[in-house]
Amino acid sequence: MFGLLGKKAGMTQIFSTDGEMIPVSVIQLGACQVVSKKTKKKHGYSAIQLGFLPVKEKKLSKAELGKFKKNNLSNYKLLREFRLEENFPLAEGAQVTANVFQVGDMVNVRGLTKGRGFQGVMKRHGKHGGPASHGSDFHRRPGSIGMRTQPGRVNKNMKMPGHMGDETVTIRNLEIVGVRVEDQAILVKGAVPGSRGSMVEIYLPDPKLAQREAFKVS
Amino acid sequence: MGLIEKINQENLRKDLPKGLRPGDSVRVHCRIREGDKDRIQIFEGIVLQIHRGSVGASFTVRKSSYGVGVERVFPLHSPSIDRLEIVSKGRVRRARLTYLRKLSGKAARIESERNITSDVVVEEAAASA
Repeated sequence: MFGLLGKKAGMTQIFSTDGEMIPVSVIQLGACQVVSKKTKKKHGYSAIQLGFLPVKEKKLSKAELGKFKKNNLSNYKLLREFRLEENFPLAEGAQVTANVFQVGDMVNVRGLTKGRGFQGVMKRHGKHGGPASHGSDFHRRPGSIGMRTQPGRVNKNMKMPGHMGDETVTIRNLEIVGVRVEDQAILVKGAVPGSRGSMVEIYLPDPKLAQREAFKVS
Repeated sequence: MGLIEKINQENLRKDLPKGLRPGDSVRVHCRIREGDKDRIQIFEGIVLQIHRGSVGASFTVRKSSYGVGVERVFPLHSPSIDRLEIVSKGRVRRARLTYLRKLSGKAARIESERNITSDVVVEEAAASA
């Protein structure tokens, strides 16, 4: 599926034309240059590889640099691949701009959620806990975790306390409410995973994508 | 300027009267959607409090309607506000006039500050000159 890389710039609110307030996440698109193309013949699958976060030459190893030198590209810190048909109209070195997105598109956004550390069962799984007062000694505990000698063990996948966050999450079907070509940024309705400044992958699941105006130019 | 700040600035309304304060009497001309037609309704009352903060700013207006107190919170920068008129400036000593909720009739009046009003007029005249 086609996708681009971006940096979560943060959230704000905008107004729709009929005065309704819309919560939006602002995603600043990365350099979005096609670093290389994988082909079925050579690699066993077809994909485009995009670079994110330009870096100085001295920050990379020779092996990493070779990749960029070969095609005369700028250097990137991070690379991500998106599986695509081989005939997709994007050549190596091509630069993708924000105008591949259109207002009204539904996208999936994937990112690494904020780490929350070791959390109890109420925050982590939304269990209700016990009453706060009236002499209750049962506040934020999980309650019973099983039966008795039959089955004599705790069921698998029992919701228990533990580490929360810092996992890759995809939020599906987020509507694009704004495209800012001059800023290389898009506005997405709702929240996306991660802290401000963290990298997100934006997937655009449109089967007719290759026919869009934006790709005809590049 | 950061990207978020830039987007916020574009979404702010610049046509609203300056110097809205708690205690002011205002007339809010708000657009109301009925089917596919717009209608303008006027809500007139006293500004109880202003919640500041970029695009998310809002203000609360209280009025008494047939003896029943009615409060409405308006998003300050919403396009659903057609026009905002400051009818008179009030002299108050608090940022949040929640004490008005307990009062009614004569006790709920607010002393109007004529000096401020004339100041504003003078400023506006100076600005347009």
